[in-house]
Amino acid sequence: MPRRFHITLPLVCFLTPVLLWLVLMIVLPHVDLLRMSLRVEDIEGNVSWGFANYLNFFKEPIYWLTFVRTAVYSIMVTFMTFVVALPVAFYITKVAAPRFQGFLMMLLLMPFWVSELVRVYGWMILLRESGVINHFLTRLGILTQPIEMLYNDVTMVMGLVYTSMLFMAVPLVSVLESLDDSLIEAAYDLGANMGTILFRIVIPHAMPGIVSGSIVVFMLTLGNYLTPNLMGGKNSLWFTEQIYNQFIASFNWNQGSAFGFLLLVLSSLVIWVGLKLTRQKLSRVVQ
Amino acid sequence: MKRTLVCLMVLGAFLALVAAPVSAETLELLTWKGYAPKELIDKFQAETGITVKATYTNNEEMIAKLRATRGAGFDLAQPSQDRISSVQAKYKIYQPIDYDKLKKDQIIASMLEAVKKNTLVDGNSFGVPHVYGTSGLVINKNFAGDAKDYTDLLDSKYKGRVSYRLKRPTLIGVAFAMGKDPFALYNDPTAYQALMEEVGQKLIEGKPLVKNYWTNGDAIKESLRSGEVHLAMAWEVGAWQLYAENPDIDFVAPKSGALGWIDTFAIPAKAKNVEGAYKWINFMLRPENAAVFTNDQKYGTASKGAVNLYEPAVKANFTRCFTDADIDNIKWYPPVPVKLEEIEGKILDKVKAAQ
Repeated sequence: MPRRFHITLPLVCFLTPVLLWLVLMIVLPHVDLLRMSLRVEDIEGNVSWGFANYLNFFKEPIYWLTFVRTAVYSIMVTFMTFVVALPVAFYITKVAAPRFQGFLMMLLLMPFWVSELVRVYGWMILLRESGVINHFLTRLGILTQPIEMLYNDVTMVMGLVYTSMLFMAVPLVSVLESLDDSLIEAAYDLGANMGTILFRIVIPHAMPGIVSGSIVVFMLTLGNYLTPNLMGGKNSLWFTEQIYNQFIASFNWNQGSAFGFLLLVLSSLVIWVGLKLTRQKLSRVVQ
Repeated sequence: MKRTLVCLMVLGAFLALVAAPVSAETLELLTWKGYAPKELIDKFQAETGITVKATYTNNEEMIAKLRATRGAGFDLAQPSQDRISSVQAKYKIYQPIDYDKLKKDQIIASMLEAVKKNTLVDGNSFGVPHVYGTSGLVINKNFAGDAKDYTDLLDSKYKGRVSYRLKRPTLIGVAFAMGKDPFALYNDPTAYQALMEEVGQKLIEGKPLVKNYWTNGDAIKESLRSGEVHLAMAWEVGAWQLYAENPDIDFVAPKSGALGWIDTFAIPAKAKNVEGAYKWINFMLRPENAAVFTNDQKYGTASKGAVNLYEPAVKANFTRCFTDADIDNIKWYPPVPVKLEEIEGKILDKVKAAQ
């Protein structure tokens, strides 16, 4: 006989905060957003209901091109973050002496004690035309006159990778800790080279960590507003900025809500495709 | 004896608790950075016992905040006069101003009338003029001494040294410099859209010349100060602050007219401390207080007689940068009809997305 599900006092006590959180902070606002996104207003201010706000997205090339651009850059940033974070995580868990591991993790965490805004401004002080790096390069005679390093896509991607490093490194560290060193030693004994070990042992073992790190980094990058806006400058229209513009600059909350929903749906879609391609299950990845 | 003492103490504590909310009367002010100098907040508290809590923001966020709460959470807001009537007609976030509660003899009459007219909705007016200023060109005389008009922002001579905001004033300034009158087309959305398309095209062509589109006042000041930018479209006050540090940087009223704005006082629909709001309005427009504000922030105000109390250097700014002809040529923003922002928003997105 299957166990019946009883509603007991402790269950209610423990479940209430979670349910309140979910309903008040996530479900209700989204229902309201959905309602707004289906509201259509014409030039005279007459209200009707329909999908016109969503159709606008597909009809107007600036909107979907910006979205494609944002998604492609986010995937690129996620991959680059992985490439940078894997050696770091490997060094911390496998190479460094155990008593330094805590210290190294600390170094990794330290930049995140200050807010993202401050870190981005820090990069801007370093990279701007009258900034620190240009100053040294011209002093040393490497450059004859300072060059502008801010306000292009390369700087923006670098800033985004920097911002999301931690969220990739931490899951990788925890997943690599469970990798038995003897597997790597055995592979060396059997004559495998570094490449084979990386692709046949380390990466397959780290896959759940890689996927969960990637999901977090991808989501954070896709939804980032500060970094593209401040470091990307004149050429960097990010999709979040368009949502902001619809809400704040053109007072078109209905269009903005539709964009918000499209961002939610399309980013979920990208993650679903990513899970399918890497043959991972969401339930395993989020553990 | 001891017991009465305890009784008295308990009574005293109780009275203090009851009295506390009265002495802690507050005024929630939604305003622009710099519009509530600490000196004046302290003076106001000493005079009336009201503590002013200021939240700093801009026009768009002000409207969004009040719209989200349907006009609650703040006792007084300071939107620009051209952004009140259409917003009020649609979202009803303000309450009518009772002009009898204002000390009218300390307000410049022509400005009060203009703002009353421009914020009129269904027979009620919703604004009291406070601060005015203009946007125009800020130049570094060593490099851009001969820049005269908004079209110079699109001149290849200044490649990589130009900066402006990607906001509606830029579209309107460039339209005026092209010899058009965008304000005359405010009530003709189709013609306005065509004009804005044209302006947008110009801005896209001029995009390679732009260093960056600035978004905050401190950032553009830093760019001008360090010499990274030689020519910018910005407010005169930023320019005057830089002029005080380096006289090579100064404001120029463009040939086709500086764009004039007036920031107002407007009372949100669900304000809690309406009396306090009127007190603050009358306090800020009292000549000696308005002069403190102007000497600190450099902006002019609608206060009558404050001019005589300006510091000489502050007064000199006005005479140096604005001839009488320049003042007559200022294009004051008329109220923005609904839907224009959407047209402009699309054009601005296009410019930003163009490669």
